Amino acid sequence: MSVTMEKTPDPVQEPGGTGALLRNLFRSNVRQYGMLVALAVIIVLFQVLSNGILLKPLNVTNLIQQNSYILILAIGMVIVIINGHIDLSVGSIAGFIGAAAATMMVRHDIPWPLVIVLSLALGGAAGAFQGYWIAYIGIPSFIVTLAGMLLFRGGTQILLKSQSIAPFPKGFQNISSGFLPAVGPNTNYHNITLLLGLAVIGLALLQEVRKRRMQARYGFPSLPVAFFVAKCLAIIVVTLMFTLVLASYRGAPVVLLILGALLLLYGFVMRTTVIGRHVYAIGGNKAAAQLSGVKNARVTFLVFVNMGVLAALAGLVFAARLNAGTPNAGINFELEAIAAAFIGGASASGGVGTVFGAIIGGVVLGVLNNGMSLVGIGTDYQQVIKGLVLLAAVGFDVYNKKKNGA
Amino acid sequence: MTELLLQMQAIGKSFPGVKALADVNLDVRRGEVHAICGENGAGKSTLMKVLSGVYPDGSYEGTILFEGREMAFKDIRGSEAEGIVIIHQELALVPFLSIAENIFLGNEHAAHGVVDWNETTKHAVALLKRVGLRENPSTRVADIGVGKQQLVEIAKALSKEVKLLILDEPTAALNDEDSRKLLDLIVDLRENGITCIIISHKLNEITRVADSITILRDGRTIETLQVGDSTISEERIIRSMVGRDLDHRYPERTPHIGEVVLSVQDWTVHHPIDQQRKVVDSASFEVRAGEVVGIAGLMGAGRTELAMSVFGRSYGRDASGTVWKDGVEIRTRTVSEAIDHGLAYVTEDRKHFGLHLLESISRNISLASLGKVSRNGVVNASEESVVAEGYRKSMGIKAPTVESLTGKLSGGNQQKVVLSKWIFSDPDVLILDEPTRGIDVGAKYEIYTVINALAAQGKAVVIISSELPELLGMCDRIYTLAEGRMTGELPREKATQEELMRYMTMTRG
Repeated sequence: MSVTMEKTPDPVQEPGGTGALLRNLFRSNVRQYGMLVALAVIIVLFQVLSNGILLKPLNVTNLIQQNSYILILAIGMVIVIINGHIDLSVGSIAGFIGAAAATMMVRHDIPWPLVIVLSLALGGAAGAFQGYWIAYIGIPSFIVTLAGMLLFRGGTQILLKSQSIAPFPKGFQNISSGFLPAVGPNTNYHNITLLLGLAVIGLALLQEVRKRRMQARYGFPSLPVAFFVAKCLAIIVVTLMFTLVLASYRGAPVVLLILGALLLLYGFVMRTTVIGRHVYAIGGNKAAAQLSGVKNARVTFLVFVNMGVLAALAGLVFAARLNAGTPNAGINFELEAIAAAFIGGASASGGVGTVFGAIIGGVVLGVLNNGMSLVGIGTDYQQVIKGLVLLAAVGFDVYNKKKNGA
Repeated sequence: MTELLLQMQAIGKSFPGVKALADVNLDVRRGEVHAICGENGAGKSTLMKVLSGVYPDGSYEGTILFEGREMAFKDIRGSEAEGIVIIHQELALVPFLSIAENIFLGNEHAAHGVVDWNETTKHAVALLKRVGLRENPSTRVADIGVGKQQLVEIAKALSKEVKLLILDEPTAALNDEDSRKLLDLIVDLRENGITCIIISHKLNEITRVADSITILRDGRTIETLQVGDSTISEERIIRSMVGRDLDHRYPERTPHIGEVVLSVQDWTVHHPIDQQRKVVDSASFEVRAGEVVGIAGLMGAGRTELAMSVFGRSYGRDASGTVWKDGVEIRTRTVSEAIDHGLAYVTEDRKHFGLHLLESISRNISLASLGKVSRNGVVNASEESVVAEGYRKSMGIKAPTVESLTGKLSGGNQQKVVLSKWIFSDPDVLILDEPTRGIDVGAKYEIYTVINALAAQGKAVVIISSELPELLGMCDRIYTLAEGRMTGELPREKATQEELMRYMTMTRG
């Protein structure tokens, strides 16, 4: 029993070390850093292979709009996976909600803002329906959501009578294909986007400084100054480049704001709220969570309600992008979302994963898709490569875990 | 009757940090029922795992002679090929396969991978007849009771041309009727030339069927008793099982005992699957402020089940009885209710029920009382770390930082994390289930010190343990539990290991 301690010498007893601290920091975040590095490599690779098209402003904008709905799903999916479950129905729910919204707007002329509210509520209800069977009745989520996948796909086709419904009001389309308005003096750049970029940089730096102050106040170990400065510089440079690229075309897409807000909100919920903690605890050790007074069933139920709402949002964004409700909307979305969560470091057995990781995983997939299309790789080979990437990412994870003996 | 079938000589087996077997000698004659007795942790199960090849040749010291030849088993298959078959305490049957399929699992009547069902059924019927089980061989194992499942296990062993049958606690999960039948069957098998080793805590059963009894203590053979004509009394066995000095392994404490804090009355719990069986049968106990109370019981006596069912109905079904706290009856139907009423239960199985192993120390400590480090549902991570850091220092948890994963800690340190979690919940009553299982002597002493400090603060502490010296060293009062019933209550002055063991083995029938 005590042998595990003997193998790993206790770094506290050798307070010599920023080296040890860094090593520790890196080791515990190897997955996150690894993914960021991999993303950077993929971007550079395709930027070169595509003769610089990848990072052209138009393409970057497209990339965001094309992948937004997968990223929205990935946020919900990673929470489901951390909770120790899976949701195969999200693609069908997204399709179903797209169809329902289309019906409401086109056939019944309901104003689009109201349609959005109704659609999200409907998505929540679909999630609640599935969550009930999973959390309170105890049917495995794989089966319930497999049933849901069929159920809502069929529902989509019934609603639409197997035809597409179009077009949508301009306001609704803007969710997906709209941009922030252009105002202010002509600077050759999109002014609001520039301001927004600066605001993001400011907030990110503020957050880093606050964290550092907090660490100092409580006497926790923190990064050496040089690394701290390097990290801040990296944040500034990357955000600035991204902002300039977007601002030199039509500015930030509306959907990017939605994504940003979701990332902030869910990142916060999963990292620092009680319910977020409970989600991790249940996924990591159901019995221990129950014995600690966590209400397992209720938390799991809410996780699925939330997944339903996010699937509805993804469905709306996709419908807005197509400017039509179609019977085939959302097919295979669940697979992309699940892949994104796992590439982003979630553990298949639950209890491990981050919202940020899932976003990175989704972006990796998105850049791969886009980059491979740009250099003319057919969809046949694209699928093969994506499959291998998923396997490699998770394999790396498992290997790492074994090596660390966890 | 004099030929030796099995000789195990000078067997030793070490695990990291623990010497489970030091010097065990065991001689089993052909055609006898040989019982092995000892306290929990005496090394009985380890010895049987050595014999059956679970621990392969080379991982232990000493020699095994079977039918006069030296054996070097690499795995269970090796020992089964020689005719040594072990039936574990937890039955190894596949619930959703039929009786016949289970009997021949891994040993199918098949030609070129295709199962011959007629042969299978024919042989299964014959085997079931031999063990006296009247069931259709195509019945699913899940649909028959535990007693009958035990018989299926024996039929499975018989199908393998067994010469030496090892039964590990065969009657622990059975009711009186089924136990009696099983013991009859063992006697019956002996008449048919099958040698049996039986491990059991139930001394009345052992004295009934055994021809010889080997007693283990602390990984050593103490003695082998031949039953012969004169029957051996249970007291004789008990003395041999516990005969060890109580040394100074427990910190001193002067008790300051106050009012009754927790009182549990007429508590009855049924088995979650076998609903007929009462795992806890109208048990009552109470504990006072500043008091450390022990609950002694052998494996399967219902100790954990009693504690877990009181703690938010976490075990079993149809729990009945009342729970009183400070003289007022309280509801503890869910874990959060129990926690709100100031109860805490520290599990015996920290890996499965206590910790999130892929999560940090600080997050594990805060889990049961996140309300204390959060405002409006938002956790203050800094506050949380400070709390965890406090426990890391005060409990002496050996880890680099409170962000270290609990999965990487040693058993003793994991236990300290679990204890910290419940101390942080600031309970009035702590129920500690096997608080020092699987941890080394040094860490044990530290945990005892913590327990004493809690009692000194006026907390009521209940310790569930199968280590009698631990209970005698720590507790002011000790209850004994046997087959789900409270069989005795002894104050510290009157409690001795022999006395406790007598109450603990006081079974019906």
